[in-house]
Amino acid sequence: MRVVLQNLTKIFPSRNKKSNEEVVAVNDFTFEIPDGKLIGLLGPSGCGKSTTLYMISGLQKPTSGQILFGDEDVTDLPTEARGIGLVFQNYALYPHMTVKQNILFPLQNLKGADKLSKEEMMERAYNAAKLVQIEDLLDRKPSEMSGGQQQRVAIARALVKMPRVLLLDEPLSNLDARLRLQTREEIRRIQRETGITTIFVTHDQEEAMSISDMIVVMKLGVVQQIGAPQDVYDDPANLFVAKFLGTPPINVFEGTVRGEKLYLAEDCVMNVPGVADQDVFVGIRPEGFEVNPNGAMRCSLNNVEVMGRDASVVSEHPASVNPVVRSIIDSDIRLDLSNKNVSFSLKAHKVFLFNKDTEERIRFEVR
Amino acid sequence: MVDSKQQWKAWLYLSPAIVLLLIFTVWPIINTVRLAFLEGYNALEATWGATYNVGIGNFIEVLNYKDFLTCLKNTVLLTFLTVPLSTLLALLIAVALNSIKPLQKFLQTIFFLPYVTNSIAIGMVFAAMFNIIGLRPSGDVADSWGIINNIIMFFGGDPVNWINAQSSYAANMAVMTVYIVWNALPFKILILLGGLQSINKQYYDAARVDGTPRRRVFTRITVPLLSPMLAYVVITGFIGGFKEYSSIVGIFGEKMGPVGDPYSLNTMVGYIYEELPEMNYGVASAAALILFVIILIVTIINGWVSKKRVHF
Repeated sequence: MRVVLQNLTKIFPSRNKKSNEEVVAVNDFTFEIPDGKLIGLLGPSGCGKSTTLYMISGLQKPTSGQILFGDEDVTDLPTEARGIGLVFQNYALYPHMTVKQNILFPLQNLKGADKLSKEEMMERAYNAAKLVQIEDLLDRKPSEMSGGQQQRVAIARALVKMPRVLLLDEPLSNLDARLRLQTREEIRRIQRETGITTIFVTHDQEEAMSISDMIVVMKLGVVQQIGAPQDVYDDPANLFVAKFLGTPPINVFEGTVRGEKLYLAEDCVMNVPGVADQDVFVGIRPEGFEVNPNGAMRCSLNNVEVMGRDASVVSEHPASVNPVVRSIIDSDIRLDLSNKNVSFSLKAHKVFLFNKDTEERIRFEVR
Repeated sequence: MVDSKQQWKAWLYLSPAIVLLLIFTVWPIINTVRLAFLEGYNALEATWGATYNVGIGNFIEVLNYKDFLTCLKNTVLLTFLTVPLSTLLALLIAVALNSIKPLQKFLQTIFFLPYVTNSIAIGMVFAAMFNIIGLRPSGDVADSWGIINNIIMFFGGDPVNWINAQSSYAANMAVMTVYIVWNALPFKILILLGGLQSINKQYYDAARVDGTPRRRVFTRITVPLLSPMLAYVVITGFIGGFKEYSSIVGIFGEKMGPVGDPYSLNTMVGYIYEELPEMNYGVASAAALILFVIILIVTIINGWVSKKRVHF
């Protein structure tokens, strides 16, 4: 099911009666989610991603704008009529019911023409349980299961009605690191197998990047950038997006452009054709550095953290906004730690310039 | 665990409470059991140095007392009438209160008022409401009617002799039931409302997403999630019900019954109190132990049932 959001806006009235400060949770969000895709809504807390999800679910009403499922306007449709499945952050499994009863619950609510026989219900429930691989746990209570298993039950309960759209609110935030890796692949697999358009909310960029077909990066209610994860990573629209995506995070410097050359502190580090003279923020991805004794970028070396496949060089640079500069290099390259200095040359396509005031991207030609 | 070297400090801090409990709770309990088995123990005679045989004579006297069965019947009947009724009403009121926003605090306060009001005073007001003797507008005392009968007559019914001389046992019990239920509501509403407010709202959101009808939300989600609180108010309700006494004094006075039929509404606790002025501490202790055993059995049954029905 294609999901279309048109100028979606949500304004929460001020809680404090004295001040009339309204909170714009989601501001003019327009986006068309293609059928059968896995979409990650990504941003720091308070960016409006959960509000967007709850508006799509119908649990919250938009202040203005429209939501369409396919060609059907569902903006004023109550939650239960939208045909969505929703997985809550803490799963909201009914604690007094067994797994089977939890999964059956949505089916038992069906009325009229949709009403199912007991056998049909059991079959649907069993199939949903099998899809998420919990068919052996049907008689357990939620409290007798691990977080990962509860998560699967919640997904099965959301899927058993065969929803048009599946919504997941922070699906991995309550799981430990190992389970998180496993579960995110599981979500990807289930989404592929069912082909249901799935939207999930997360504040973890790695999680969103790893499984989404498309990510939507939000900040303070405003959409910053929409695109395939790799495209957004390689071509961020502004400093916020550049800083938000990637581990380790991007290194930010204060730099100056003079005569189409980029200066960091007093070093001219690279050519930036077509950029007017100005002060800029410079973002350099950790993998954008190459150790080069004749490199233009001179840093004082602090430490090298070897991680097997590659190594992380921790150094300092006078123009850096962050206390240290972190660069990822091949672990085959041995650095002499007794040497207090290290020089890098830069990969031009890993270097981004941003306007000092608006923090919007300034593009230049990469040769 | 507290460091063993520090334990004397813990005992020191606990000691005032422990000393008071030993004097005023533990010793009286032991003494009650002792007196119950001293046949014919009388406090007055005991001060003169009388001695008593050890035996179960007091218990036999209690069981043979002509009004013992009346007391037991009244107590059990009132308990089994009022506990389910008040619990159900409290549940409905709590759910209703929980679902409204404006006036919630105000109504909560009103529903809580009976709890902070003296039960004898409430009883007197109820007695006046159910009375058949009242003031005519002209001011002279006559066979006018209390407000309840006025309401009944307003709707075209016949007035009922609720609590006055020659009133029926059923009418007496009806008044007692209304009064006790009304008096028991505030505490139950308070507990259940607290329980309702602690239920995670996401369960209701989840139910909404699945299009669950309201009735089903109530029976399949609210009640099961509230079951620990329900079990609590039912168990404490039964315990309180078996100790019923002051409510009857409130309406019928110390004679525990309508004029001309004293002690017809007497209860177990009423019986114990009746023996005390006579200094028959042995008999009163035996009656108290019998009441204790009844409450213990009912509470064990309650606990056993709730273990099967309570979902946590």
